[in-house]
Amino acid sequence: MFTLLQIELYKIFKRPRTYIAFAAITALIIIIQLGLKVDGKEYADFVLADLQNTLEINGKIINGYFVCYVILQLLLVHVPLLIALIAADMISGEANMGTLRVLLTKPISRTEFIIAKFLAAAIYTILLLIWIAVFALLASIIIFGTDDMFLVKNAYAVQIEKVDIFWRYIGAFCFAALAMLTVAALGFFLSNFAENSIGPIVATMSVIIVTTILSTMSIPLFNKIKPYLFTTHMVAWKEFFDVKVNDANETIRGTVQNADKIIRSSIVLIAHIILFVGASVWVFKKKNVLS
Amino acid sequence: MQNIISVKGLSKQFHNLTAVNQLSFTVNKGDVYGFLGQNGAGKSTTMRMLLTLIKPTEGSIEIAGMDLFKHRKEVLKNIGAVIEKPDVYKYLSSYENLSLFAKLSGIRLSRQQIMQQLATVGLEQRANDKVRTFSQGMKQRLGIAVALVHNPQIIILDEPTNGLDPQGIADIRNMILHLSNELKKTIVVSSHLLSEIEQIATRVLIIDKGKKLIEGDANELFDASQTIVEIETTNNNFAFEQLKQSSWNNFLLKERITKPVLKMNKKDIPQLHKDLITMNIELIAMQPKHSLEDYFLSITSNSQL
Repeated sequence: MFTLLQIELYKIFKRPRTYIAFAAITALIIIIQLGLKVDGKEYADFVLADLQNTLEINGKIINGYFVCYVILQLLLVHVPLLIALIAADMISGEANMGTLRVLLTKPISRTEFIIAKFLAAAIYTILLLIWIAVFALLASIIIFGTDDMFLVKNAYAVQIEKVDIFWRYIGAFCFAALAMLTVAALGFFLSNFAENSIGPIVATMSVIIVTTILSTMSIPLFNKIKPYLFTTHMVAWKEFFDVKVNDANETIRGTVQNADKIIRSSIVLIAHIILFVGASVWVFKKKNVLS
Repeated sequence: MQNIISVKGLSKQFHNLTAVNQLSFTVNKGDVYGFLGQNGAGKSTTMRMLLTLIKPTEGSIEIAGMDLFKHRKEVLKNIGAVIEKPDVYKYLSSYENLSLFAKLSGIRLSRQQIMQQLATVGLEQRANDKVRTFSQGMKQRLGIAVALVHNPQIIILDEPTNGLDPQGIADIRNMILHLSNELKKTIVVSSHLLSEIEQIATRVLIIDKGKKLIEGDANELFDASQTIVEIETTNNNFAFEQLKQSSWNNFLLKERITKPVLKMNKKDIPQLHKDLITMNIELIAMQPKHSLEDYFLSITSNSQL
């Protein structure tokens, strides 16, 4: 199993297309950081326009933590496409190249093979998120420095002390990894049914777009299925940045307002991953290799 | 001769299409077993079933005394295969490909061993070049090196000369003969070209529409002094049974499928005619072919109609 995983990782990182995602993310982060470095004050004034009449906000609004939050909000919508490029290619790409046929004539277990392939896609996904974390968080801290983070939510604003932020990002990135692994598992599952990569990649994105629309629409007909859609739960990483307040309306350090929501969403995402990977194993074991 | 592959009643149904129909055959240790049939006859489907790439609808496959589907990993350790095209990773070099497939086969080769394997297929000078820069013939040779990397006793080659130039075809033919004669491997090789199989096979199986037509010793089947006689009667099943019970049984080639076929000396045709009448077999036509190739071509042309 370990040898199979090693081989799969070797193949992934030997392919030039693997690095497209890393390059695209790096470019996007640099563009956002550059924009906020040059025009950060105007951006902050625009975001906080309504609050500045009622609140006096001191300190450095555009700091590394805030910039990372902005980057994550913008980037995590697009990262699924980059994940799908690899995960949805894992089986279909091999079928397209004809190598699936060659691989399965070797003395390897089909179950071990497909699990090793998913683990390789999962490791790629996690490495991509670590890359985002390094560039979006650490590079932003180096460029913009640190301070308390001030976030504007729908009906209120949240101020998080700078000493209380870093662990929240670790939590948010871990949760984002879970959300992206769900996307990887979906793409991987769909990859079983095609002999070229385009179909599963497009299908993965289509599923994400449709379920995201269903998750965000406030139509009673769809409200019943929303809790079961993985896209409803993918944005729960933001909950790490909502802090409990005491009776004096002061934030309580080290707390999360809706921890149960994070736990519930994690369970739903893990259930989806198990479902997609389990279905992939079942389909692949029965699959006739005709490519 | 030790039986190394035993296929019994193998069938594969794809929705409404029966790709392989109750196919049975045996391959002996050391055979170069030629698997002959026109395109779409069921050769590739059968070969894929021999490698567990396709699951049979019914039937059994035993290789080296083990049930293939119950002992898949164990059996595949002893098989090397090139199915249709020799596809490998084009973004890797031939060295990297060979090293990767060796690991997949459960063996670790030193650099020197990999270079030796590449040398046996004439690719040692291109060890570090990406496969995407290779010609079709070079890819084919690399595909064979990948198939042989774990030193299997059984080699399955599906249409190994497809798309090759004459020199490439000759190289593959010589390689097969070397594997058989020098290294004593058992080889199952398919082709839609009788002339190709004729030059290398020790035993031959001809299939059409997924059914076995002829299985036999290559020397006998390709014996030019013999004639293939196909007979058509008002009741072919009856004719087949009668012939089986007579002295003509030894000359019967064809399984009980459509028409009885005999391989015999041309001068014996009048006697056959007399015996058919004696056996109350009502003859419609008797078609002597000059050779197995004529017969094979007649099957091919009939199937294409």
